[in-house]
Amino acid sequence: MALTTAPGRSPRTGPVGPRPTRRGAGRARLGEGLAGYVFLSPWLIGLMGITALPMLLSLWLSFTDYDILTPLSEVRWVGLANYERMFTADPSYWHAVRVTLTFALVAVPLKLAAALGVALLLNRTWRGVGLFRGLFYLPSLLGGSVALAIVWVNMFNRDGAFNSFLALFGVEGLPWVADPDWALQTLMVLAIWQFGAPMVIFLAGLKQVPVELYEAASVDGAGAWRKFRAVTLPMLSPVIFFNLVLETIHGFQGFTAAFVLSNGTGGPVDSTLMYTLKLYIAGFTDLEMGYASAMAWVFLLAIALITAVLFSTGRFWVHYSDGDDS
Amino acid sequence: MLGTSVKSPAEIVNNIGLLPEEFTPGNYAEGWTNFDVSFGRFFLNSALVSLLTVVGNALSCLLAAYALGRLRFRLRKAWFTVMIGTLLLPGHVLIVPQYILFRSLGLVGGDWPYLPLLIPHFLATEAFFVFLMVQFMRGIPRELDEAAKIDGASPYGVFRHVILPLSRPALVTTAIFSFIWTWNDFFRQLVYLSTLEDYTVPVALTLFIDSTSQSAVGPMFAMSVLSLLPVFLFFLAFQRMLVEGINTSGLKG
Repeated sequence: MALTTAPGRSPRTGPVGPRPTRRGAGRARLGEGLAGYVFLSPWLIGLMGITALPMLLSLWLSFTDYDILTPLSEVRWVGLANYERMFTADPSYWHAVRVTLTFALVAVPLKLAAALGVALLLNRTWRGVGLFRGLFYLPSLLGGSVALAIVWVNMFNRDGAFNSFLALFGVEGLPWVADPDWALQTLMVLAIWQFGAPMVIFLAGLKQVPVELYEAASVDGAGAWRKFRAVTLPMLSPVIFFNLVLETIHGFQGFTAAFVLSNGTGGPVDSTLMYTLKLYIAGFTDLEMGYASAMAWVFLLAIALITAVLFSTGRFWVHYSDGDDS
Repeated sequence: MLGTSVKSPAEIVNNIGLLPEEFTPGNYAEGWTNFDVSFGRFFLNSALVSLLTVVGNALSCLLAAYALGRLRFRLRKAWFTVMIGTLLLPGHVLIVPQYILFRSLGLVGGDWPYLPLLIPHFLATEAFFVFLMVQFMRGIPRELDEAAKIDGASPYGVFRHVILPLSRPALVTTAIFSFIWTWNDFFRQLVYLSTLEDYTVPVALTLFIDSTSQSAVGPMFAMSVLSLLPVFLFFLAFQRMLVEGINTSGLKG
């Protein structure tokens, strides 16, 4: 084929080839095109087989009553019945939507605020700052783990460590995770506490802010707050935006902690029935895979919509200093 | 948490202090053998899945990133956009059809129940790492490629002798993150693993909650501590690289 040189032929060890002529360069271009697809092939196979095909399959399934037990060939087409049931006949679906929205709307902004606040504190050079960065980042790393959720749930039990701590001050504790009014809040605190990942990204962003801007602001007599408002926030807005999009999507997908807290049921009284948990229960507990697929598609569209909204509002407040961001 | 893991059942309820009055290391032994299968088996399973995932991610994502970040070919921009698009695709959307797909291929609960967990990683489906490596490769001077090309190197030669050695930092970052994420992953492992012997650590830990008996809290905490240990050690060893890895991944807006 058009491969002008054998794979593995290297500048150091390969024999000296003919000097590239115009024709040679043209053939090299062709070779590069082929090589591009060779290198891309695992990803392309994955995209087709593991992403695109399943998406089509799930779109089709969302209009059927597939239950995994009957073979695919005997599946019944039910039209929009799954969607109809979801929106009109399944109150726990709307409940899951509410729980998820509440969770994301409260936990995400607070998490980002915590991340930015701590990042500002740690964006200095003092002895041991690296250690603190690590310590704040650690909960994020352990974040999605079952172990951490287990510990958390036990800490917030009726006679867990947190209530015992409150008792030291004579405060009557609450049955946090067992109380439908408080279980979701407990999950939110857990999520906010894991602000390490956006914090690290904020730190990276803060390092990019030119020192001259602060110096110029100082010369103009700006105080700390004014510098933060006029220099840090605008310069950091692309990073804030990036974190906002990422954490919002992430927030909608909370699963592990809700699963562990409720032992996979979304309890107490459905108070922690996150959307993904509802989807899991529909698909893998009740085996209503058609219904679960419909839920997955609505989820996907909702996330796409929210991302689009974020991006369209982003134009008004995200500031790109070099005017070029591809 | 560490404290609770060495408390006796009575103390877990009554002693609110961090340190136990009576050191009870028995929780570890008890937790280790609490189920019909020893916890050691779960750790081996988790280690196997995590290490193979690391290899798969590093390999396949590097190949894709080289193509998308360095080579010129038709539709490259379009594929890059698609890749960014999949970055936003929540895994939960694909879980049902992927499960059905792998099941119809006979891979769920088959001789090697981990295949459904591993195959996606060998096909670069974790777009985050592809993106991270593309951004990294953009930082490698183009002149190096050009010089190698003038010396007669093919795109494969450039990959082997220029990109591969220079991509070490990006590969290390990918390796660390894929290890930690896979070790902590719960959703997919919960869906695909159904036999006790095949359970990984996170799935096995939930067995403790099923048994809800108050007396198992000590062993449960003991095993939770152990399950976090690999991540913690990884973190200690690579802390510097982790933070730098994120800093160099091009998230500068």
